[in-house]
Amino acid sequence: MKLALREKTDQTAKLLFRMTGLMVIAILADIFFMLLWNTVAFFLKVKPWDFISGTQWNPSGNPANYGILPLLVSTSLVTLGAMCIAIPLGIGTASFLSDYAGRKLKSVLKPTIEMLASIPSVAIGFLGIVVLGPGIARITGQSNGLNALNGAALLAIMSLPTIITVAQDALEGVPNAYKEASYSVGANRWQTLLQVTIPAASPGILAAVMLGVGRAMGETMTVLMATGNASAFPKGFFHSVRTMTATIAIEMGEVPYQTTHYYALFAIAAVLFLMTLLVNIVGEHFVNKYRKYQAA
Amino acid sequence: MTKKLTPLIEWGTLLLTTGLVCFFLLAILWDLISKGSSSLSWAFISTSPTDGMTKGGILPAIIGTVLLTLITALIAAPFGICCAIYLNEYAADSWLTRIIRASIRNLAGVPSIIYGLFGLALFVQGLQMGTSLFAAGLTLGLLSMPYIIITTEEALRRVPNSMREAALAVGATQFESIRDVVLPSAVPGMLTGLVLTLSRAAGETAPILFTGVAFYINKPAGYLNQEFMALPYHLYMLSTQHQATEQVRPLAYGTALVLIIVVFFLNLSAFYIRYQHSKHE
Repeated sequence: MKLALREKTDQTAKLLFRMTGLMVIAILADIFFMLLWNTVAFFLKVKPWDFISGTQWNPSGNPANYGILPLLVSTSLVTLGAMCIAIPLGIGTASFLSDYAGRKLKSVLKPTIEMLASIPSVAIGFLGIVVLGPGIARITGQSNGLNALNGAALLAIMSLPTIITVAQDALEGVPNAYKEASYSVGANRWQTLLQVTIPAASPGILAAVMLGVGRAMGETMTVLMATGNASAFPKGFFHSVRTMTATIAIEMGEVPYQTTHYYALFAIAAVLFLMTLLVNIVGEHFVNKYRKYQAA
Repeated sequence: MTKKLTPLIEWGTLLLTTGLVCFFLLAILWDLISKGSSSLSWAFISTSPTDGMTKGGILPAIIGTVLLTLITALIAAPFGICCAIYLNEYAADSWLTRIIRASIRNLAGVPSIIYGLFGLALFVQGLQMGTSLFAAGLTLGLLSMPYIIITTEEALRRVPNSMREAALAVGATQFESIRDVVLPSAVPGMLTGLVLTLSRAAGETAPILFTGVAFYINKPAGYLNQEFMALPYHLYMLSTQHQATEQVRPLAYGTALVLIIVVFFLNLSAFYIRYQHSKHE
């Protein structure tokens, strides 16, 4: 091939690759504008304040109520419950993997965690209905165990792999010199882990938790199947709740396009989008902080 | 006494947390296999549902999921790989690159249901595709793209710089060096990432809810412009929306088991590729 042609191909390829890079920004911007556009359409019909502070979500009522609070509280409740279970388990497992497990055990445990991560959310939700639900019902004496606790437990399982992987990276990134210094002044393994390794890795562990929170907040199918979806204001872990994601999933299939109700669901999605964006940005901030720390 | 016991308790705590995590996986697998295997049969995976979804098999849902995953791969892989090449081979550390990277990380964190809404607004309504296999495939393709970019870039980063320099030194242009030297040696890593991403896409339900999936279609599956059945959605409908959920429970278990088998098959092939590759290194 002639040199001129080869160089032309080279230039064209470079341009093409750069275009795909720019496309990624365009997609994120598109999603953002799609949500913004529909949310504005919604706010032209319903006052933003009524949306944010309303304690009732009842779009088919007369008059219709579009209060996001019950959904927001439901999502927060389920996410909080999930994190109460997942954070101790996740950090414990990550510590075990990074500081205690040998090479061989690690090579078995890593794929196990990856397998857990790959189980589809709908399958976990299904087990919430057929296994965990009846189990909770037997203990609490309710007719079915479809409540916030069920959803929280399942979400914990779903966010565990994320938390473990990121926290393990953080723990393994702690320089060996720190641990050796701790050993040399007479601390044992456990003291070193609790008082040196985990504090030194804390920004990375916080990032892991943030990613887990993001995962749990945005999960749809599991909570849709396991939490019962009662639209009343959530009362606690043993009551049925209805999260933001579940509300979108249930109602979007039924509403006619371009109605107030339809726009309302996009407004929920916009709030959810902003929440996950915030959580991710905070997580990223901690990851960067942690990198600086390592370089020092 | 306490001196001997404390390390044991401490070690035990960590072992317990790890054991619980493994127990979750085993319990999930045990329940699905023990209760689902009785509904598995050749007829179950080779026939269509009959009698108002209370009998028969799940063939259309299997075909739907396979086709959907293929479309996802065809959409996400080319764009994802090109973007990863740009980031790893061309992009300087500029503000633009940083924005692209931040966008990718944020796209990976966007909840899947929001991709569903985006697919509904853009593909189904905006581009007039209607609820269809193609619209759902495009939606899942967008969702999968950030993961493919991240894993491909990881694979490209592992190719030693000396190989690029050697190619450039014998007169190759940068594009030729990427095409003939960098990409071939990054293929196993890229393939692992692609297959893992597809296994995730195959199990997704929320993004296809409003973009084309249907509980039952009586036409043969496989038309791009028509609605389709899919395994995850089938499981969701059988276990929550069916008029006789208790009666069809065995079918639901069978569907869940088939779904898990599909996903794990993809995962294990990814692990296999990675294992083979690590032996060569």
